[in-house]
Amino acid sequence: MSFLSDPITFIGQWLTNLLLGWGLAPGLVGVITRAIGAFVLAMTGLMLVVFTIIYERKLYGRIQDRLGPNRIGPWGLLQTIPDMIKIFTKEYITPEGADKIPYNLAPILSVVGVLMVWAVLPLAKTIFGTDIDVGVLYIVGVGAIGELGIILAGWASNNKYALLGAFRAVAQVVSFEVPMVLALLVPVILGGTMGVNSLVQAQDVWFIVFAPVAALIFFISSQAEVGRAPFDLLEAESEIVSGFQIEYSGLKFGWFFVGEFLHAFTISALTATLFFGGWRGPGAQEYPILGLLYFFVKSMIIYLVVILMRIALPRLRIDQMLNLNWKVLTPLALAAVMLTAVVEKVVLHYAAAFELGSTAATLLRASAHLLANALLLAVFFGLVKQRTARREPPLVGRPRPVAVPPAAPAPPAVESPHSAMP
Amino acid sequence: MGPLQIIFLLAAALVLGAAILVVTTRNLVHAALWLIVALFGVAVLYVLLNASFFAVVQIVIYIGAIAILFIFAVMLTRRIGAKDIGPQNNPNWWLAALLALLMLGGLATIFLSWPAFNTPLPPLSNQVDLIAALGKSLVTTYLLPFELASVLLVAALIGAIFVSWERK
Repeated sequence: MSFLSDPITFIGQWLTNLLLGWGLAPGLVGVITRAIGAFVLAMTGLMLVVFTIIYERKLYGRIQDRLGPNRIGPWGLLQTIPDMIKIFTKEYITPEGADKIPYNLAPILSVVGVLMVWAVLPLAKTIFGTDIDVGVLYIVGVGAIGELGIILAGWASNNKYALLGAFRAVAQVVSFEVPMVLALLVPVILGGTMGVNSLVQAQDVWFIVFAPVAALIFFISSQAEVGRAPFDLLEAESEIVSGFQIEYSGLKFGWFFVGEFLHAFTISALTATLFFGGWRGPGAQEYPILGLLYFFVKSMIIYLVVILMRIALPRLRIDQMLNLNWKVLTPLALAAVMLTAVVEKVVLHYAAAFELGSTAATLLRASAHLLANALLLAVFFGLVKQRTARREPPLVGRPRPVAVPPAAPAPPAVESPHSAMP
Repeated sequence: MGPLQIIFLLAAALVLGAAILVVTTRNLVHAALWLIVALFGVAVLYVLLNASFFAVVQIVIYIGAIAILFIFAVMLTRRIGAKDIGPQNNPNWWLAALLALLMLGGLATIFLSWPAFNTPLPPLSNQVDLIAALGKSLVTTYLLPFELASVLLVAALIGAIFVSWERK
């Protein structure tokens, strides 16, 4: 029963006992089991990409009224595997004048930065890498490594388009980190902890109920962090020919590709974990294996929204992107943090003063937070309507009548010499 | 020598080596990258001291913000390569070396005469919530320095806006 309800802990204990039985020192056994756990977690993350690529391509196809991949495997589900084999066999091309070590380091960093998030992501009650007490900050911190990968790729490629892509990446990724960090503060205030698994444990009611504004800000700004459409101007094909990854070929390009898909899934998983209760659901406390199911179902549903946004929305211009960040998301996030802190304290104070039961206190808390969030949205968008409303582009010239070519003179009637043929 | 000490020695060697490379390498971007390696090493040292908050903040602020802006600024400058910069040292290098040595000597004397330098630290008890303790002490014991630092940062922000403000 223990194996069925909680397989990972079971296997971990079995392995520990086995290694101890072989007479290894307990410290060494701890190191070995942790190394195996880290390896398995990282591999799970990477293998997941094989699945998310096909999920995304199928959806992409359906929405564009195509079938999507449909040749290999049932319904084309195995299409990624020949794609992988193809990319393994491609040639590595290092451009002339490239800075070798940063050039080769960049694709690795871009995957590492994402994979490191998985170390703190709780997949189920007992299935997580580690629950450090600064988990939320750690997520922000390892994001910097991915940025570094993009910048290194842009600079080391010795290509002007790549460098432009890197410049855009700095403008976008660094500035969207500000509202993201602020929005992450809200679940920290609500849960009273920074550990990610502790935050999931604190969500008796999903935090989306308490903080819909923060959830939205986190979702949008982490999309910008990934750099996919509508925020894909760091690799805009039509302007800068795929930007920072222009000079990469073969598996090195493949790593960027894997990094992007993994990142897109990871932000969905993070949103599910921080705002939608993560692995929580009926029976997940008693049977951790159920939590795994809930976690992946929630993440996949949010990932669906990520893909829909990618397909449906056109790319933002750079000024629109910066305006969205600095004029809308950042002030809104600042206001949401302050409001949440005040409302939380006031509600807790009154709940204690009136000696409310836990259900009544939760109801009061939820309605107060919801009301505050709705008010915030109304007031904020009332105030900034002028700045955020869609404006007609300035008129730079009056439309002129279409030039009509002068009527061509009627062709002279030419007497064809041949017409007089008998 | 336990595994922690081995990790400490490796991290310390990494920090020192990277720091030396920051000032000796001829390529400006490489210098910025070595600076990032050195800052990572410092983050490892924080982890070894059980200061997880500082380790993560070190990465978020120094690597995520400052070092990336460094690289950005360096990429916008000309003469990045090794060929087109002049001599690496200016004529006063011996003065800087002398000052650095004096500083090292002074610090070493102070630390060696400090009694806590030779006493092993008591292990941290696991019951203390370090982050909560840090947060509480920032708004109680160290309230004034904390707020002064905030005011300083706001002043810097306003100054930056003032400098870059385009008067119409």
